Amino acid sequence: MTDSIRIGCGAGFSSDRLGPAVDLAQRGALDYLVFECIGERTMAFGHRDRMLDPNRGYNPQLGARMRGVLAHCAANNTGIITNMGVANPRAAAELTIRIARELGLLGLKVACVEGDDVTDLIDGDTAFMDHPGAVKDVALRMVGANVYLGVDALLPALRAGADVVIAGRIADPALFLAPLVHRFGWALDDWPLLGRGTLAGHLMECGMQITGGYYADPGFKDVPRLADCGFPIAEVSPNGDFIVTKLDDTGGFVTPGTVKEQLLYEVHDPSSYLTPDVTADFRKVAIAQDAPDRVRVTGASGRARPDKLKVTVGFDGGYLGEGGVSYAGPNARARAELAADVVRQRLTRANGFGGDLRIDLVGLNALHATAETAYATSEDIRLRVAVRSTERDDVDFMLWEVESLLCCGPAGGGGYRGQVTPCVVTHSTLIDRDRVRPTYEIFVA
Amino acid sequence: MTQPRRIHDIAHARAGDKGNTSNVSVWVYDPKDYPLLKRQLTADRIKRSFPKLFTGAVTRYEMDDLHGLNFVMLDALEGGVNTSLNLDSHGKSFSYLILGLPIED
Repeated sequence: MTDSIRIGCGAGFSSDRLGPAVDLAQRGALDYLVFECIGERTMAFGHRDRMLDPNRGYNPQLGARMRGVLAHCAANNTGIITNMGVANPRAAAELTIRIARELGLLGLKVACVEGDDVTDLIDGDTAFMDHPGAVKDVALRMVGANVYLGVDALLPALRAGADVVIAGRIADPALFLAPLVHRFGWALDDWPLLGRGTLAGHLMECGMQITGGYYADPGFKDVPRLADCGFPIAEVSPNGDFIVTKLDDTGGFVTPGTVKEQLLYEVHDPSSYLTPDVTADFRKVAIAQDAPDRVRVTGASGRARPDKLKVTVGFDGGYLGEGGVSYAGPNARARAELAADVVRQRLTRANGFGGDLRIDLVGLNALHATAETAYATSEDIRLRVAVRSTERDDVDFMLWEVESLLCCGPAGGGGYRGQVTPCVVTHSTLIDRDRVRPTYEIFVA
Repeated sequence: MTQPRRIHDIAHARAGDKGNTSNVSVWVYDPKDYPLLKRQLTADRIKRSFPKLFTGAVTRYEMDDLHGLNFVMLDALEGGVNTSLNLDSHGKSFSYLILGLPIED
């Protein structure tokens, strides 16, 4: 497979680990290292960060990641492609250039890709695709809107010889498909090929979720050395077939089971996985273990790409407050339930309290409570009170009420903690492809 | 050998979220259990088992070659990861909610 391309995944989400990415940069013999770091929430948080400081809005771990891998990638002729620009790819590229100069990597070419920020194209009448109504019906401040770009946004920067390509909202699989199209010269309307390359990207985009991370279930699915799990590598052939593997000395494993769970991760209809580049079809995918930690994936296909592109519109959602107190030992459940009743009474009686309220008994029914499943006869239960509100006062008032249980609530409560988290709300809409104009600019260290 | 009691004894699963839609793919360990899985886990049973949670339509997609089923639940995430007050706002644990269903005679 000398003519195949080796692509590693150095991050599958914004807070993913650094060490396994450095391993890949150093010893992966990679052609490309891809960092996928945006979710619906992180995109909106990027906008908030940029509003507070025009030099921010990119992934907070960008600096650490670049310091960790840049010199190895330069030495090994490994290109880097990432969406770590989030809401500010230009500032991300400038930071990367500064780091490259610090490391003595003079001449390194870093591209920023822009054009995904379509905030100016969204107005009050923009209707949602996933939610009733339009932007004007949301009683929250819009922070920004981003369109999912495809490979056509990344290819010009790759063709211009960029060593590092930093973008914002790119469809996750396109980060991996772009170097395949670039190196193999795939036509942008060869739908079956683009479908296979998109499957490679889809399987890789969540990092360790295909090498044993998020898979282990002791006694049922035992994963070797989970604490030292490695990030994945795809060896992609010019015909789009590929092998998923990892570095030999890392923990975790690659098996048909890990590949299958990832195959339909966040997929709805397996015959129609929509990206800006292709409508991929995963129905006839075949998965075979060629050797330990080497799984061959074939048989994906594709049809024409969708006419319209998906846009995520982000809004400032105010605050999420979460406070808790624990009850253990005899009759813990009844005491925790009484505490919940006290909090509910006092909050709903309070003048002007306007937040959405939820109370869980952790250890009894928290995660699956709304499914009406309660399992345990646990005697170690945590009362959890959650409030979401645009008003900070609502959240602070709830936390005060929960803390007051320490002296005013049922017997034996202890371990109060409370926290406040800023929130964003996102909705989706569609936009005509021809209204979107991706651009790029190259900076040289 | 004792009879398997729950779906968890014959299959593994992973949940994903997009907006207010959840999907859970369920895969048997042994292909010979796939017909049993198909009989046990119908879209209707998923909806009936958790009516307060899965308030929207439930659709089942079949991956016969790979011995897996994919369930897509609309309006299942209390508005989605950004508005839900659930500790597990992504619905990540829905995989094990479904694996916890008993195997019925």
